[in-house]
Amino acid sequence: MTQIVKMKGMNKYFGKLHVLRDIDLTVEQGEVVVVIGASGSGKSTLIRCANGLEEFESGRVEVHGHALSPKGGNQQALTAIRKEVGMVFQQFNLFPHLTVKQNIMLAPKKVKNTPKTVANATAERLLDRVGIGSQADKYPSHLSGGQQQRVAIARALAMEPGLMLFDEPTSALDPEMIGEVLDVMRELAKEGMTMMVVTHEMGFAREVADRVIYIHEGQIVEQGKPDDVFDNPRNERTQAFLSRVLVR
Amino acid sequence: MESQFQFDWQAAINSIPFLIKGIPYTLLISFGGLVIGFVLGIIFGLLSINKKWFFKWPATAYIEVFRGTPILVQVLFIFYGLPDLIGGPIDPLTAGIAAIALNSGAYISEVVRGGVQSIDRGQTEAGLSLGLSRTQTFWSVVWPQAFRRMIPPLGNQAIVSIKDTSLFSVIGVGELVRQGQVYIANTFTAFEVYFVVAVLYLAITLSLSLVLRLIERRGLASV
Repeated sequence: MTQIVKMKGMNKYFGKLHVLRDIDLTVEQGEVVVVIGASGSGKSTLIRCANGLEEFESGRVEVHGHALSPKGGNQQALTAIRKEVGMVFQQFNLFPHLTVKQNIMLAPKKVKNTPKTVANATAERLLDRVGIGSQADKYPSHLSGGQQQRVAIARALAMEPGLMLFDEPTSALDPEMIGEVLDVMRELAKEGMTMMVVTHEMGFAREVADRVIYIHEGQIVEQGKPDDVFDNPRNERTQAFLSRVLVR
Repeated sequence: MESQFQFDWQAAINSIPFLIKGIPYTLLISFGGLVIGFVLGIIFGLLSINKKWFFKWPATAYIEVFRGTPILVQVLFIFYGLPDLIGGPIDPLTAGIAAIALNSGAYISEVVRGGVQSIDRGQTEAGLSLGLSRTQTFWSVVWPQAFRRMIPPLGNQAIVSIKDTSLFSVIGVGELVRQGQVYIANTFTAFEVYFVVAVLYLAITLSLSLVLRLIERRGLASV
């Protein structure tokens, strides 16, 4: 199997704070990896290292065969990786000055020089796929949070990424809108998209993940199949974390 | 002592044709200067938020010098001082436009800096994560949003600069105030003439305010 993400002995600091410690992680093609952990544990930082939104200080990070260098070196690899890796953010980060359709068409037009008619057709197809075809000409601020996040997913998909990163995609949503976003993600997973997902939705993790990774204070302390991690956590920190989030 | 003064409407009206001749100069200096000032503002505003010191420091120095000294001193320096340096006279119109350009450029730099910095980092991250280069992300994502926020302070600066041109009567540009002074020297109707001068400035600035409000409304309607 092809390894889409390879991290080896990666370390990341924010000033003196050691936020990621000796991360060894591989993600296979088609795999859905869900990263869980307390806030501040470094889980968002981890996936942000996979598309170079965060620099790392030492170790190796390779994505789609492009090796990133520590401290943001190797601009070429960075550019190549970002074309092949899509990202969905907690705060959606849609472009408020562009319509929904323009949001989706921007990158294909600018980065891949896709002709306008083709980009337009792709945008319409993707919007139908995430269930909001009728909103194409609205501005993001006129959409609900759940709709905005689905547009953000469509926007990332328009670049035909080989890997999708989700950074707490439902954390900023009202409870009744979480389901519609998770549905889209579930569909993506079914279609074989390689995904790294940071989330607090443990039900989603258990159902969709091929592998669950638990991060504590910047270290991967446990990983495995969701049933194993959730039902029989071996590490006591994982046990403590899960008892806090699973018991309601 | 009771004042015998009566506002002479006829004198006010009579002065209008002469005073109006100053308006083209007022507009030419202010808008010519503002257009150049806007270009300077974009350049130095963006340089001032650059992380590299050799971009940032000169830009900051420019902004601080031209914000921190009176525009009257600046124009006197350009008109009377610079000719010593370059070995030839500078015509008053050029000096006026240069002063507005350099002065408004410094303020507009700060407007540009503020506008760009007010855009959430997430916008840049979204652009970069889609594969756009830093330059593409800036001009397609950050700048259009920043520019929209810059419209009200830019309008404010335009109004300030229009009024600043009145100071250039001291270097003999035939703008509104200068025309007024010349007219009063012959008619001794200071009250009426300065009243008309003030009304003419107000007419210019109010029209500009109106236009800006329309632009703002159109700009905001789409967000």
